[in-house]
Amino acid sequence: MSTADDLTIRATSDSLLKASAPPRKRNMAQYIRWVLLFGGGLLMVMPLAYMISTSMKWPWEVYNIGLIPEEPTLENYTYVLEDGRFFGWFINSLVIATITTLSALFFDSLVGYTLCKFKFRGRYIIFIAILSTLMIPTEMLVIPWYMMSQSLGWLDSYWGIMFPGLMTAFGVFLMKQFFETVPDDFLEAARIDGLNEFQIWWQVAMPMVRPALAALAIFIFLGNWTAFLWPLIVTTSPDLYTLPVGLSSFGDEADVAWELIMTGAAISTIPTLVFFLIFQRFIIRGVVMAGLKG
Amino acid sequence: MNRPFRTALAALATSAAALTSASAQEVTIEYWQYFFEARVDAMEILIENFEAANPNINVEMTHFPYADYRTRTAVAVPAGEGPDIVQLFYGWLNDYIEAGLIQPLPTDTFSPAMVEAEFFPMVRAMERDGAYYALPTAVRSLALFYNQRLLDAAGVEVPTTLEELVAAAAATTERDGAGNITQVGLTTGMTAQDHHWFREVLIRQFGGEPYLDDYQTVNYDTDAGRAALGFYLGLEEAGVSQSGFMDEPQAAFRGNRAAFHIDGSFRIGALNDSRGLEWGVTELPAGADGTQSNYSSYWVNAITSSAEGPEYEASVLFMEYLTSPEAMQIWLDVVGELPARQSVGMTEENANDDVFGPFIRGLAYAQTTKFADESAQRQVLVDMIERVQLQDMDPGESLRMAAEAEQAILDGYYNN
Amino acid sequence: MASDPSASRTEARGSAYSRLSITQKRTLWAWGFLAVPIVFYVVIRFYPTGNAMVLSLQEWNLLGDRTWAGLDNYRTLFADPVFWQVFRNTFVYLLLGTPISLVISFIIAYHLDKVRFMHGTIRALYFVPFMTSAVAMAWVWRWFYQDVPIGLFNNWLATFGIAQIDFLDSTTNALPSILAPAIWAGLGFQVIIFMAGLRAIPRTFYEAAEIDGVSTWTVLWEITLPLLRPTIVFIVVLSSIGFLRIFDHVFNMTSANPGGPLNSTKPLVLMIYQTAFSSFDMGYAAAQTVVLFTILLIVSLIQLRLLRDR
Repeated sequence: MSTADDLTIRATSDSLLKASAPPRKRNMAQYIRWVLLFGGGLLMVMPLAYMISTSMKWPWEVYNIGLIPEEPTLENYTYVLEDGRFFGWFINSLVIATITTLSALFFDSLVGYTLCKFKFRGRYIIFIAILSTLMIPTEMLVIPWYMMSQSLGWLDSYWGIMFPGLMTAFGVFLMKQFFETVPDDFLEAARIDGLNEFQIWWQVAMPMVRPALAALAIFIFLGNWTAFLWPLIVTTSPDLYTLPVGLSSFGDEADVAWELIMTGAAISTIPTLVFFLIFQRFIIRGVVMAGLKG
Repeated sequence: MNRPFRTALAALATSAAALTSASAQEVTIEYWQYFFEARVDAMEILIENFEAANPNINVEMTHFPYADYRTRTAVAVPAGEGPDIVQLFYGWLNDYIEAGLIQPLPTDTFSPAMVEAEFFPMVRAMERDGAYYALPTAVRSLALFYNQRLLDAAGVEVPTTLEELVAAAAATTERDGAGNITQVGLTTGMTAQDHHWFREVLIRQFGGEPYLDDYQTVNYDTDAGRAALGFYLGLEEAGVSQSGFMDEPQAAFRGNRAAFHIDGSFRIGALNDSRGLEWGVTELPAGADGTQSNYSSYWVNAITSSAEGPEYEASVLFMEYLTSPEAMQIWLDVVGELPARQSVGMTEENANDDVFGPFIRGLAYAQTTKFADESAQRQVLVDMIERVQLQDMDPGESLRMAAEAEQAILDGYYNN
Repeated sequence: MASDPSASRTEARGSAYSRLSITQKRTLWAWGFLAVPIVFYVVIRFYPTGNAMVLSLQEWNLLGDRTWAGLDNYRTLFADPVFWQVFRNTFVYLLLGTPISLVISFIIAYHLDKVRFMHGTIRALYFVPFMTSAVAMAWVWRWFYQDVPIGLFNNWLATFGIAQIDFLDSTTNALPSILAPAIWAGLGFQVIIFMAGLRAIPRTFYEAAEIDGVSTWTVLWEITLPLLRPTIVFIVVLSSIGFLRIFDHVFNMTSANPGGPLNSTKPLVLMIYQTAFSSFDMGYAAAQTVVLFTILLIVSLIQLRLLRDR
């Protein structure tokens, strides 16, 4: 049942996408527009070009203004990648970001759904309370988290790094908005069919907001991939460092090796870029759906 | 190497073994430091040597990135997750003692008399109430780096006094058609090492003393202070320097665009890696009346209060080894940090080394500022310069404000 | 009728559950779903937050004991001229950042929407900055802002014979100079949201306008923007929270002289970070956190009220 409906919805939104795309109009204005936009896009990525250029420079060339290094080198990349620890950090970040993303997807949508589709006393208060957790900077929470981890033996472990990020208020907010677009009739029909509430959420409602889940996945993954302060504080073993923490060891009290930092940054961007390119179609589709019904 | 010392160490080891032979158990102690490849390498060598001489002691080293190192240790140690021996920056000693995190080193092995006689003078800052709480293996100081190629091109000699420095810097500053500096004579920047140069060197060279009462009272709102500030600001006014040139002073020097650069011995490693940079180093220039001064900072090792019984005994032994001449020489060779003992520093070889010599000789007359909050106190001087340069404030007025602000920081700290 | 598994289960369990009305059963499910998350939020977020609020009334340097200080921290805070500078800075970030990024991202989205050739590539170009390391980008922008001979912008100005500009070394220019990369990084996100919102507007509106011969400008003002209102409000809420909480960009770009020059770029979160991890004055930092929390709460509640008025 759900698959057929899902396909219908997907087909409808696809055709709507095509239909709502503006018709082709070739004229001067169109050309100018394209050139300006493309130029703007190139300007947008200019800093990245310099980042990559710096990653291919020897240390004494780092501040040279040219975009093309006088003596380009892949030495920085080999240095960073051959550092035996680099691969471990990469895997740590990947595992942790993936697990927290899956957990957040599950719990955030469960909570968002509940706050949206169930009417009960205290619903709004809980929503505001959860939203208010967005207003405390992580920097202040790090110390109590450390004390907590220490007494529970969570220090220096994957769990210790992950636990603060397993559910997010941002995700709850986002999913709640998207669940508003799921018609109650579908849910009622499922109830009549004898599904319990959990099954209704999992089998009926969730597939209908799959695009929103894709969008959320990107943002949560990105957030966890780049997290620095907490993973730094909770780990002592170098094998457990996440990528940002590991890369920061290329700088110390006296010096920061910027060419290595740029190299590390360039390498770290690749997974998020891949993630984005795969999922970007879903985002537009999903937000379109929300826009249509909302 | 040093045979008598080796014998002594062996004797010590056997007596230690005798001490612990009653229980005949293996003791494991934990050591923490921040990650820096050379330091970790050096420490591994030291640990190996120590474990060989003390077969029943096992030393576990833990290290982590420098970023937020202090937060890391500050959060872990009080939570009981700390090591037996911890490395800390000398400036944090007061905080650690007050919180009861470290215990004094035993006065029989580390008698104040011994330390005063054998270590460089600025190590005395680690003493409290007749006992030493921590000791460094290595120290750093400041010196004047210069770019040989730029000096040769301008036909300038290496300066030895402040006056000569200004003249040499003037000769090596270059500008483009529009008057912008493209090559600076002397790098300046309060955000780097200059605030140390100002505090402990310039003020003294102009006849003042930056602090009184064991660094609890600010004393640079004086004629000497104003003269020193005038000199410092004058560098930029005379056109031989520009704060903020190429963002960081050391970047300008490494990029072959600065003739002179005042920096610490920790910069040596980075400069060695800069291909195409021909550099030399000399002692900091003396004042008009020949006064020489220097600033020294250091990371120290201390025994935490959680070390007891056999762990404590083992820690004392390890501390002894860490502060031994042998360890210091190894550290100098591997890390490039200066030895804390005069005997090691002032050997023929070390004191006249082309690179380390000027730094080591500077240790003889170096001071160590007892900071209450180093970054806040540094910010005070940074702001002082910016008020003059960005807001056209009168230098004397800005100096007065800085002195007030810094005194407030010190008062807040000591009157608690 | 298909067998009702829940019915048979409840019968086996006894009559307590089955005596509940449908609404009550649903409420039970709701609380069941919320049980674990509520425990999580209470333990991981609310308890430390409560801790921070209590801490704001105490004095603690992380290593020693905590001592009670009453409202001293707050008194010191409100009497501190640096705090008011920081307060001002934080709102400047908000009042400049949100409208500027809103307008720019809308213009980009509006025109990008009308482009077909290489649409996906251009869209990716605008989104990529959002994904790159903040530390790396801060350093690159900082490098761009340097003076001749290494600063890109000043070198461009020099080729046109224009005098150099002090971007970061000036109490007036520093904040906008740091705001620029912050806006730059967030553009892609907003462009995507706007594009989706634009695509959701049915073409019938535009076709009708074409038939009536309405000008493009009027179409924009009378049709597109009003229909985009929900999207605009969503972006404004998120953007506001983001700019009020700005930290990474400022910290990374002014690392040697944080919040400088002379506190002209320091936002509230940076002040909190320094108080906590530089001065280790945890009670004072907690007081600042409570103030930030209050500001964010008020601003967000106001904006949520606007959201509800639809």
